[in-house]
Amino acid sequence: MARPSPARESTASASTGWRIAQVAIVLSLVGLFAWLASNTAQNLHSRGIMVGFDFLWRGARFPIAESLLPYDPTDSFGWAFVVGLGNTLYITLLVIVLSTALGVVVGVARRSSHPFASGLSAVFVDTCRNMPIVVQLLFWYAVVAFGLPDTDHASHPLPGVWFTDRGLYFPRLHLDGPLLPGVFVLVVGLGWAWTVRRRDQRRRTETGRSPHAGRKIVAGTLVAAVLVAATTGLRPSLEYATLGRFNYMGGVTLTPEFVAILVGLTVYSTAFAAEIIRGGLDAVPRGQWEAARAIGLSEHQTLRLIVLPQAMRLIIPPMTSQYINIMKNSTLALVVGYPELNFITATTINQTGQALEGVGILMAIFLAISLGASWLMNLYNQKLGLVTR
Amino acid sequence: MMPVEAFLRQDAEAVRPAPALVKRGWRKLLFGDVASSLLTVLISLCALWAVPRVLDWAVFDAVWRGNGQACFDAGACWAFLGAKWPLILFGIYPPDQQWRPIVVVLAFLAITLWSLPERNWTRATATGWLVVIVSSLLLMGGDTLGLQPVPTGDWGGLPITILLTVLSLTIGFPFGILLALGRRSEDRMMRWLSVGFIEIVRGLPLLTMLFIAAILLPLMLPDGVTFDNLSRALVALTFYSAAYLAEVIRGGLQSLPKGQEEAARALGLGRLATLRFIILPQAIHAVIPPLTNTVVVVVKNTSLVLVVGLFDLLSAGRSALTDPDWPSPYIETYILVGFVYFVICFGISRYSLWLEHKLSAGVQR
Repeated sequence: MARPSPARESTASASTGWRIAQVAIVLSLVGLFAWLASNTAQNLHSRGIMVGFDFLWRGARFPIAESLLPYDPTDSFGWAFVVGLGNTLYITLLVIVLSTALGVVVGVARRSSHPFASGLSAVFVDTCRNMPIVVQLLFWYAVVAFGLPDTDHASHPLPGVWFTDRGLYFPRLHLDGPLLPGVFVLVVGLGWAWTVRRRDQRRRTETGRSPHAGRKIVAGTLVAAVLVAATTGLRPSLEYATLGRFNYMGGVTLTPEFVAILVGLTVYSTAFAAEIIRGGLDAVPRGQWEAARAIGLSEHQTLRLIVLPQAMRLIIPPMTSQYINIMKNSTLALVVGYPELNFITATTINQTGQALEGVGILMAIFLAISLGASWLMNLYNQKLGLVTR
Repeated sequence: MMPVEAFLRQDAEAVRPAPALVKRGWRKLLFGDVASSLLTVLISLCALWAVPRVLDWAVFDAVWRGNGQACFDAGACWAFLGAKWPLILFGIYPPDQQWRPIVVVLAFLAITLWSLPERNWTRATATGWLVVIVSSLLLMGGDTLGLQPVPTGDWGGLPITILLTVLSLTIGFPFGILLALGRRSEDRMMRWLSVGFIEIVRGLPLLTMLFIAAILLPLMLPDGVTFDNLSRALVALTFYSAAYLAEVIRGGLQSLPKGQEEAARALGLGRLATLRFIILPQAIHAVIPPLTNTVVVVVKNTSLVLVVGLFDLLSAGRSALTDPDWPSPYIETYILVGFVYFVICFGISRYSLWLEHKLSAGVQR
């Protein structure tokens, strides 16, 4: 006799015991939050703190040592938050670019057959990955602030460059005169090169011949842009840092805090990026290299046309989470005193007592960035993921 | 028409020796082509420039013994580390009581070494860990054992780093399992709660969480209930561990074939029994190597508690630097602190690699 197939267990009618447990969990969570909220309200009341975001429009009246965006102590707390976020994003983007470029170098070096290159990069990666980033940041800060000579004995490695314990000084490039003609030539020329390149690529897939007209146009454009800029009166000049009464002035100054956070985060992130890239390259089967060579591609072509496109699929997802980690690690700039978002929030809370609001803003910003980034990543993965047949 | 046989070979191909293994000598590797020769020269030049400078600083001009005066205008001041290592490793714990943190560190070292081989992964070892953790806390505090009481504010150095790591992981682990199960549960409310917790904790920098714990906990608890700095940091670190462990364990749960659960249910095991005896043991066993990597992450993260005023290894080192008799050898101190972290983390990650190799060898029968 045929029996009916077992009824599918639906969660709704799972069991009364489970139902009761569910209700109990919800009730206890709600109770916990209510208890915490009532405590908070009582504490705020007894400390005489009014909840609200009005303070954001009041004058901040604390200095910010350095910032990408213009800031003055007479600006509002709200603007101070924006300035802090600006610094956080600035450091994050710089480190992302630098660590990706260096990570490729170190990752490829680690796979090379050259004993010095692979040995050095292995030592570098293992050392940097196994020490806390805070220790490394403080180490680099100590190297700049205590290891470098004072202003009177500044080290002078290149013309126009001075290293002192107050910071690193580089020449600043000034462009005087009309900028537009040169830029115009550059944009038009590069645009033209791009369309030609598209056409050539199409032609190559059709005929198999590969003309390189695009490259010639790029080279010509660069020469033409420089010539046009020079004839229309654009004059580049370098502004050097000069020794003032107490300190070097002018030029581009990198403070010890900025150098420490930039070098420390870049070194740490490079080690992780290198491992991700090495992992991606290792995962492409050897047969792919051998097959590409067998059909006559050069080493360079094999890497660019065969191996990298396959490795990228494995590299990009962990690289995105690595980029989010860089953003999260940039908050550690606080320990060397670089004014990023956490630093500004802490100062604001100290001055106004608006702890809930400050923490709320901090959480909202970080969650928006990291959840937004992982959402974008998911979209990208769905679009470019491996199409399996 | 030619017979087919004319095309067919009658004789076998002569046996040829296997192609010789290309063994490239050092000279070939270093100067085989233009690129590698350039690389060799470049790296050698950098080394020629850097190595003598580093050696001068670290060895030849260094001060190995003596007091603070000898260290001014000299190379590395290793004498400072010789004089201050108890302060760096054990913080401001009362010096006459320092045998207690030493015993604690040794106990954790012993139980860790004991737990490394797979044959020692038994219930007795787990109990051993619990005993070590509880007795360490009691020994450090002292008052229950009739020793001189030491408040948590005076604990410092390596014991703080070890205790924060071990406590946040052991408390976070059960929560991590619950969160991982919740995230895969068919029940919508459970799933949302778990996903919400995990994503919020993973989306925030740990520094921000420590900071929130330090600011909000005193605000959210009734008047008179105070948490010391250690517990506040522990709350933030435990949240963090739970969320990250949950994601690792979820990976283990996903790796299990669905047939395991169905077979267990078919045998008549209840839901809980299936979880406890069939699902969890296999899932956790599968993710032991990534779990050890999480341990490395947590060890490194404990160094962040310096922002909430705890004296872990790093901040204890920094407080040693404030002695005015010495010329504040920051670089040397960070090298020592970094080296201690390196030994712990490198050891664990090598163990993880070895374990991965060993465990995967067992599966591929």
